[in-house]
Amino acid sequence: MQRAYPEKPEQVYFFGTCLIDLFYPEAGMAGIQLLEREGVKVVYPQQQSCCGQPAYNSGYDNEARKVAAAQIACLGEERPVVVPSASCADMFRHHYPDLFADTPLHKQALDLAARTYELTEFLVHVCKIRLVDHGPAATVAIHNSCSAQRGTKTAQDAISLLRQMSNVAIVLQERASECCGFGGTFAVKAPDISNAMVQDKCDNLLATGANDLVSGDCGCLMNISGALEKRKDKLPAQHIASFIWERTQ
Amino acid sequence: MSRFEPATVNLEFDKRVDDALQDQELRANFRGAMDFLMGKRAAMFPDKEDLEALRSQGEAIRNRCLNQLPELLEQFEQRCTENGIQVHWAETSQEANAIILEIMHKHDATRMVKGKSMASEEIGLNHFLADHGVECLETDMGEYIVQLADETPSHIIMPAIHKNKQQIARLFNQKIDGVEYSEDVDRLIGIGRDVLRQKFFEAEVGLSGVNFAVAETGTLCLVENEGNGRMTTTIPPVHIALCGIEKVVESLRDIPPLLRLLTRSATGQAITTYFNMISGPRKPDEKDGPQEVHVVLLDNGRSRIYADKQLQETLRCIRCGACMNHCPVYTRIGGHAYGTTYPGPIGQVVSPQIWGLHTAGAITKACSLNGACGEACPVKIPLADLIRRLRYESNNNEPTPVPAPRGQGSLRKRSEAVTWKLWALLSRKPGLYKLALLLATRLRALTPKHIGPWTRYRSAPKPAARSLHELAAQRSQSNASSQEHGRHE
Repeated sequence: MQRAYPEKPEQVYFFGTCLIDLFYPEAGMAGIQLLEREGVKVVYPQQQSCCGQPAYNSGYDNEARKVAAAQIACLGEERPVVVPSASCADMFRHHYPDLFADTPLHKQALDLAARTYELTEFLVHVCKIRLVDHGPAATVAIHNSCSAQRGTKTAQDAISLLRQMSNVAIVLQERASECCGFGGTFAVKAPDISNAMVQDKCDNLLATGANDLVSGDCGCLMNISGALEKRKDKLPAQHIASFIWERTQ
Repeated sequence: MSRFEPATVNLEFDKRVDDALQDQELRANFRGAMDFLMGKRAAMFPDKEDLEALRSQGEAIRNRCLNQLPELLEQFEQRCTENGIQVHWAETSQEANAIILEIMHKHDATRMVKGKSMASEEIGLNHFLADHGVECLETDMGEYIVQLADETPSHIIMPAIHKNKQQIARLFNQKIDGVEYSEDVDRLIGIGRDVLRQKFFEAEVGLSGVNFAVAETGTLCLVENEGNGRMTTTIPPVHIALCGIEKVVESLRDIPPLLRLLTRSATGQAITTYFNMISGPRKPDEKDGPQEVHVVLLDNGRSRIYADKQLQETLRCIRCGACMNHCPVYTRIGGHAYGTTYPGPIGQVVSPQIWGLHTAGAITKACSLNGACGEACPVKIPLADLIRRLRYESNNNEPTPVPAPRGQGSLRKRSEAVTWKLWALLSRKPGLYKLALLLATRLRALTPKHIGPWTRYRSAPKPAARSLHELAAQRSQSNASSQEHGRHE
């Protein structure tokens, strides 16, 4: 069932995510600039930190809940929240309501869930963005995170943004829908299994002959590009927001 | 491993995973088999909307039946008794084994043939009976291979899926008298059938599992492809069916949708070769069938699972194995690495609840929460959510109102708990968090090159020169000043 989307708002919150904050801030800035170019004013609350998913997925619910409450508090006003990660957006959309069930914050968690959008989803369905590609010809592989495919169900939105890019050819890797092996703390707690998964992912991506890899989730990117680098394989990896912003200015 | 040893699950998990990942032949066997099964299933569900409607129907049927489980079990017992089926209740695996042995003793029986039954694996029946002088022969081809190799099943539907035909050819050549090495699959199956055929006539008791137990009619339904299930339940004079208490459905009308989902999800078949419906022992005017039929209703922790509203979703399972076939972890480590009767995603949910988190909870870490299992599940069990919940229960040392899974809090590590407490402090105090960002970005040159297991296979991520917090603040300042500037002009 398709989600009902609102008219383009005047303002949105931008929730940058902790990984982008520290390791991929250019992706966050690209997201903000894309939104502002669409005429949407972006509010970036300085009190934000992490959605709480690392602790939640590790089974530390109390710690996750405390951190989640702080995010709810700084995203309190009635405006959409745009998140440049399906994984963190899915945490807001589907896990906060569970995490706060039977607590005083449940209503606020449901409210936040209802107005949270993954970045590519928001650009496609709310901004109805039209992209003009000024970049050179490129062959691009896209890795959609498991959260984009099965949580927020926004994998198609990232693909449709790339399809708007006239000089970009999308190539499909084998087992495209399979997990890259990141899984947050999974990569550290079951490192050998995670490695077996990411090595296969790297092989499949390299086999496409793509010049670039894009993804809407920096967790997957950090995992895949980290493994590629260790193998000394060259496949530049970027967040989809950076990729699009650079080519459409 | 020759027998299932629950006590080794947590202790040997890392070692088993390591061994499995090193075994390239094993990995190729699983990858090939899982690809094949995923393809077969996908071909059975060409229309996504139809599939979703059928899954919703399956989920609703199983939920309706579970909602009235106590009443349905009573009704099932009553109808079975009316049909001449003797009903036994076993709270634990020990009780189930004892009941089955007692039936064997009553008939002076020393030989049993078995149809495929994962519940019998769960209670360790084969080894228990062997210890009491009963010869127990598996008649499902996969189970027969596994028994011949002195192993346990590596998949709940295809017990010998971890072996390729060369390995099976070697096994038959070594273990069955007078059999030459042959990779001809039809020939291998023919050899197995010849051995088994004779055993069907000799055994005094046949034991089967149950796929659906129908409360309205007291009928035991058995889904199979090889005919061994029918032989097991009709040739020996006594038939014992071992049935988990969650297998009960309300009426025969519930079966067709569940059966459609089961066979299509499991092996990509529209229907299995055999579908047996057993409603009692041989009647005076009938030519075949056993003289006695027993059903052993097995709890073994299921009541405890039932008591928790979220964990109860575990019991919807119709044991199709699709979650394993679609799991990127199972595909790489195979079924034996889990060390439990039930492997893969459903195994990661069922096993720690049956044997306790202190015994089998560690296997929940072998999951990236990618959700491919839940997406394939024909009755929509949110497997990733349940695995996550069990991780929580493993760490949770605060008492909970409902009966918690056994071993609650038993895997809590002090160092880990402290780390998450510090993380929470840092992440909910904006001042502290921004200070940490400042340090990480300004001292990025000092970022360690080795960060635990992460950098064993990956390069270390390097913090950016400026955090998004800083860049966003700068941007909003410059936006504000240019607006201000614009106003003055």
